[in-house]
Amino acid sequence: MDLSFSAEHESFRCEVLSFLESHRDQAPRPGGPSALMWQKLLIANGYAARSIPTEYGGYGASPDILKSRIIAEEFARAQVSPGLGGQGISMLVPTLLEVGSEEQKRSIIGPTLRGEMVWCQGYSEPGAGSDLANLRTKGELVGDHWVVNGQKIWTSTAHLADWCFCLVRTEPDAPKHQGISFLLFSMKTPGIEIRPLIDMTEGHSFNEVFFTDVQVPAGQIVGKRGDGWKVANAILRHERGSLADPNTMLSRLGALTEMMKTETVDGRRAIDDPLFRDRFMRIEAKVMAMRCNDLRLLSAAVNGHSPGLAGLVVKLQGTELRHELERLAIDVMGEMGLLYGDGTPYLRDRGSWQWNYMFFLGLIIGGGTSQIQKNIISERGLGMPREPKLATA
Amino acid sequence: MEFGLSQEQTMLQESLARFLGESGNLARSRRFAADKEARAQDVIDGMAELGVTGLIIPEDHGGVGLSLLDAALVSEVLGANVTPAPFIGSSVLAPLALMGAGDAGQQGLWLPKLASGAVVAGVALSEAVGARDGAGVEIRDGKLYGRSLFVVDFEADLYVIVDRSGELHLVAADSPGLTRTPLRTIDLTRPTGELRFDGVEAEPLNSGDTAVALRALIDAGRVMIAADTLGAAQAMLDQAVTYAKERKQFDRPIATFQAVKHMCAEMAADLEPCRALVWYAGHALDHLPAEASITACHAKAHLSEVGTQIAKTATEVHGGMGFTDLVGLHYWFKRIGFNRQILGGPQTVREDAARLKGLAA
Repeated sequence: MDLSFSAEHESFRCEVLSFLESHRDQAPRPGGPSALMWQKLLIANGYAARSIPTEYGGYGASPDILKSRIIAEEFARAQVSPGLGGQGISMLVPTLLEVGSEEQKRSIIGPTLRGEMVWCQGYSEPGAGSDLANLRTKGELVGDHWVVNGQKIWTSTAHLADWCFCLVRTEPDAPKHQGISFLLFSMKTPGIEIRPLIDMTEGHSFNEVFFTDVQVPAGQIVGKRGDGWKVANAILRHERGSLADPNTMLSRLGALTEMMKTETVDGRRAIDDPLFRDRFMRIEAKVMAMRCNDLRLLSAAVNGHSPGLAGLVVKLQGTELRHELERLAIDVMGEMGLLYGDGTPYLRDRGSWQWNYMFFLGLIIGGGTSQIQKNIISERGLGMPREPKLATA
Repeated sequence: MEFGLSQEQTMLQESLARFLGESGNLARSRRFAADKEARAQDVIDGMAELGVTGLIIPEDHGGVGLSLLDAALVSEVLGANVTPAPFIGSSVLAPLALMGAGDAGQQGLWLPKLASGAVVAGVALSEAVGARDGAGVEIRDGKLYGRSLFVVDFEADLYVIVDRSGELHLVAADSPGLTRTPLRTIDLTRPTGELRFDGVEAEPLNSGDTAVALRALIDAGRVMIAADTLGAAQAMLDQAVTYAKERKQFDRPIATFQAVKHMCAEMAADLEPCRALVWYAGHALDHLPAEASITACHAKAHLSEVGTQIAKTATEVHGGMGFTDLVGLHYWFKRIGFNRQILGGPQTVREDAARLKGLAA
């Protein structure tokens, strides 16, 4: 047990701090410097796309999990934008690095990292949610083009995206996991219709996307025909871990403490109510457990050990805990917690508690529901058998 | 940066688990309970041979000089095996009291005997956390009066007593004026009881900062109990998973039913982060003084909540058999129940943490 960082890593932390000190005025803000300029600056200094090879537009440092963690921690602490995110950068780029062709790596990764090519993910369908491999969107090779027909749903930011990475059934006669291909196409291709899917927060991030005879050049495929499921699974692994960051949870906990010290009922502060205080302390203990678990995961990653169960439980525990935390804030506010919408009188913290309370219900469901997580934990973590399939009538 | 157990720490846990397995495990605990043994001397001797009784005692006093994290790892194994032997009081808290507040003479006299297992020490500090039934001990003219309840490692030769003003004292079990009354609890693996003092001669432990020493006892005690619950809860979860894979109903193992799988998954999801929390809290006792007390509170309260839930759920996975004495699951259930209340239930401990954070008066 040694929670200290090496001299090399401590001096790296100083470099990050001095960069933040001297460049924070160039961070993006409304009416100020743009996010794309900031992203270029971050890549040039190795604070974004850090371990991606230079020939593909990255910084080219050798991978160092602790340095990546130090960057994330210090940017978060300084409340400075860590650069662009999104599904292209967080999911497509790592996948292409693993299984993309040399030509794909050279033409796609650089513009994606720089924010010049914004991506959406075409995975889920109305009939393929938890059972994603059941997807039906069809791709037929006609001449030198795939002709794509079907429908996707839950497509985040489709209305803002330039391109789509999409799972399409190209081998209708193969077993369901072996009949899928991973295609890339421009969202400007004729035959694509996007309809907004408004969520319970009143926000528009999801869409339904309809494909009618969409023509995709035959070469815009990642991996081989029928290998799309393997490619998709590499990506899903990237997604699961990123939904429940315990350090964000800690900063929400800090904000909740402050609110409990100012919010009053009959002149008494919420923090002086023993019932609210007990609920708060109970959540704090859970957050502490998840932070310790996160340290264990970090240490396992650094030392090349498999994290086992400690990794499998993060999505389930993290999203449920975050939802519980936001729920306590709503109860502390009482009637004030019902208020919603910009400009509403008496609205606390710009309505962020109300928004997160609803948004995290979405995250409990998205990226593999809590029930799917429990299947994964019991099967992969505890070695329990799968439920037998129903005999087909 | 290394947040995990060393090879030595894993070996310590494995060798202790192996010894406890060989010495009879649940059967030994059953015999201890049935025969109303005061002390499982064979188990204590085996633990002494492995260095467990002298784990945190310095080498020049006959111990092995390991850390409180190591002690928590031992506590975890004892919980997992529902071991009927003293440890938290005799091998952790009493040595800590002597090391933190005893003088050289007291340390030289008692530490080697505790290390060898020749002497067992109990610790009376329930009243420092929350006095029940008006209990408490006072000192008048250098003598102790009053009573102390729920003494940790009650079947002892020597006691560390905390009085109402927070001062620490050493009392021999055979002191005139001291009456010992065992209190039968649900948990038959760890004897507890009441000490009554009617003008008992006591030796003060006042060579260090007593307030600091007392706080260290409470913190360490809470982490050790949390670790015991971690081990016991893990053992219950393991037994539930094994049972679900073997037990068949409707022509299939009940482990194939999602209702059962999800019960097990919830237990695992709640418990696995607790492991890291206990490691951190154990590490903090020795190395992170600013965080030690709050972390100890959180570990104790959170493990109590998770442990209680697992004790219930793992029993339910066993169906009717879980309720019987045949399977013996109730030994773990009761161990976890005992741990929940000793040195402060979850609400008490969380309120303590809130005070430490300045959130409560």
